[in-house]
Amino acid sequence: MNKLEFVDVMPSQGKFMRKTDLTSFEYSYQAEITSVYPLTATEKLYQIRIIDTGLRQSFNFQPGQFVMLELPGIGEGPFSISSSPTRHGDIELCIRAVGNLTHFLDRVPRGTVVGISGPFGTGFPVEKMEGSDVLLIAGGLGIVPLRAPLFAVLENRSRYKRIDIIYGARKPSELLFTYQHQMWRQFDINLDIIVDEGDADWTGPVGRITEILEKRIEVSSGNLSRKTFAIVCGPPVMFKFVCNMLIDAGLPMQKIFVSLERRMHCGRGKCCRCNIGATYTCLSGPVFDYWEVMNMKEAI
Amino acid sequence: MLFRVFVKKELETLYEILAVNHVVGPTSRGMAKRGKELFAFDYLYDFQDLRLDFTTTTHSLKPFVLPFQETLSSFIIEDGSWEKHVDLNIYKQHVFFGVHACDINALNKLDKVLSEQAYPDPFYTGKRRNMFIIGIDCHPQPFCFCRSMGTDTVLHGFDMYLTDLGDSYFVEIQSARAWDILQQIPTAEPDEEDHRRFVETVEARNREFSCQVDTSDLTKILDLEFQSPVWEEWGKQCLSCGTCANVCPTCYCYGVSEHVDLDLQGASKIRQLYSCNLIDFAEVAGGHNFRPDSSSRLKYRYYHKHRGFQEAFEESLCVGCGRCGQACLAGITVPDVIASVRGQEEENE
Repeated sequence: MNKLEFVDVMPSQGKFMRKTDLTSFEYSYQAEITSVYPLTATEKLYQIRIIDTGLRQSFNFQPGQFVMLELPGIGEGPFSISSSPTRHGDIELCIRAVGNLTHFLDRVPRGTVVGISGPFGTGFPVEKMEGSDVLLIAGGLGIVPLRAPLFAVLENRSRYKRIDIIYGARKPSELLFTYQHQMWRQFDINLDIIVDEGDADWTGPVGRITEILEKRIEVSSGNLSRKTFAIVCGPPVMFKFVCNMLIDAGLPMQKIFVSLERRMHCGRGKCCRCNIGATYTCLSGPVFDYWEVMNMKEAI
Repeated sequence: MLFRVFVKKELETLYEILAVNHVVGPTSRGMAKRGKELFAFDYLYDFQDLRLDFTTTTHSLKPFVLPFQETLSSFIIEDGSWEKHVDLNIYKQHVFFGVHACDINALNKLDKVLSEQAYPDPFYTGKRRNMFIIGIDCHPQPFCFCRSMGTDTVLHGFDMYLTDLGDSYFVEIQSARAWDILQQIPTAEPDEEDHRRFVETVEARNREFSCQVDTSDLTKILDLEFQSPVWEEWGKQCLSCGTCANVCPTCYCYGVSEHVDLDLQGASKIRQLYSCNLIDFAEVAGGHNFRPDSSSRLKYRYYHKHRGFQEAFEESLCVGCGRCGQACLAGITVPDVIASVRGQEEENE
């Protein structure tokens, strides 16, 4: 009689719909690795498809968002979606074999079933950028999260004005998506690539990414038009130099977007591993405008 | 809000009524070296073990809502595919008999981030919704600074709250089920004398607070003093052991790891509470560590508690229980750190 009534917080197992549902916390889509393309010695492009057709079609994301990829028993990690949002749950992830989970992924065969949860975080506001120039600046692996907004822009190329991609890598052998560079150029995109050190076959420029950016700013006679948006992603050291140059060239802070990387264990604003101050990179980020970045300590 | 009073000897009856559920309460765990009695929250099987006169427990109620290790999901692996199973692992109501205001406030703060945000945590929420909490007023210890944090009283998040009036308990009732339970023991409407004694007790307790932290404009000061050399000094003392997070009633950060069963037929995903002071807290794959030195990690901890959480929820994530300072192997306490950041060390010494 005095036994207090037990409250079952998850009475309907298996239903996940909204972010506010308790069942969504541990939910993951079953997805199959349909193909694997080696891009360089350490990076591979994985095509991953959500198995259930209905769920695949209803999987919507904004370019710049990420998913948590889980291999049961091995680990779970956050990865930026690098494919077009119009392909829904047929996503591409470019992954460098660098840790426990990614080294294992490097060895799995096609057909492996993985868990995908998400999409999480914020995206790049590509719709707001319509009618403007878009400047994409990527260093190293930074090209991976930029590929999703790039696809979104390419699919509606006529709505945007001048599009530049400035892409820097350490070596020519570390350049990603080389097979698509020609295709991007055909869409009237100025693709400039620079490497820190060239090799015997390299005919392009050698140096730092800021050198190309300088030239781009010179083209606009030192002042980027206020109708320009910049998207920047790269190693931590790159952000400060590149963003300061953009600000000096007259670009307002809220038109510069960066995608930040942090360690994550949940993707759902719980584990605190991705915190900058107390800002969750997984909820408020990974895409921040530069004004937000300036207001967070230790962000870059 | 409804109030009743009941004579002290009825407390045992109240305990016996609730004893059909799991009852957790403060109990003695022996003596520390300096002759100080140690208390802990634990399952109780006898009213005699309940020690409502406890000072403070080494750990808060956190292990009952956020166990140090918890299985999030398990996998059955077969034919190249797998199936995921989630078990919240809670089946019964727990009665928490005798909880101080700071610890109830700590649960309320955890609710904000773990139950009321996007992606609510079902493991925490499940346990939280199955708690029957009986609060009790405390005797402030020399290291308690809850008054400065505004957590010396609690307004919600419990079922009933007891105040010791000498020969009787003054009880504040917050839920219908608490009301129903109290119907089974003789209680009375508090009269004017009870009101007077209640106010006296509260005032006497307020006079006992000795430790203070100046939290005025703290969010701005933490921003202004972000590059202050005092963080380096504290960083040199900090051992990066994570004990503070271990005993903290509001530290909820964690790490997740996956494990394969020995027979390769299954796997499990386990989370373990973590600490932002541990060296690899913010290290990403590839080896870059966003907070490689102990001073930046300690600073982050204060920054999250007193600046970031304040920004998000308009309150601090610290309840001023002082457990971290008591447990710290290097003797670092919150009042000292905040005073030094404000440049007020001399005044305190």
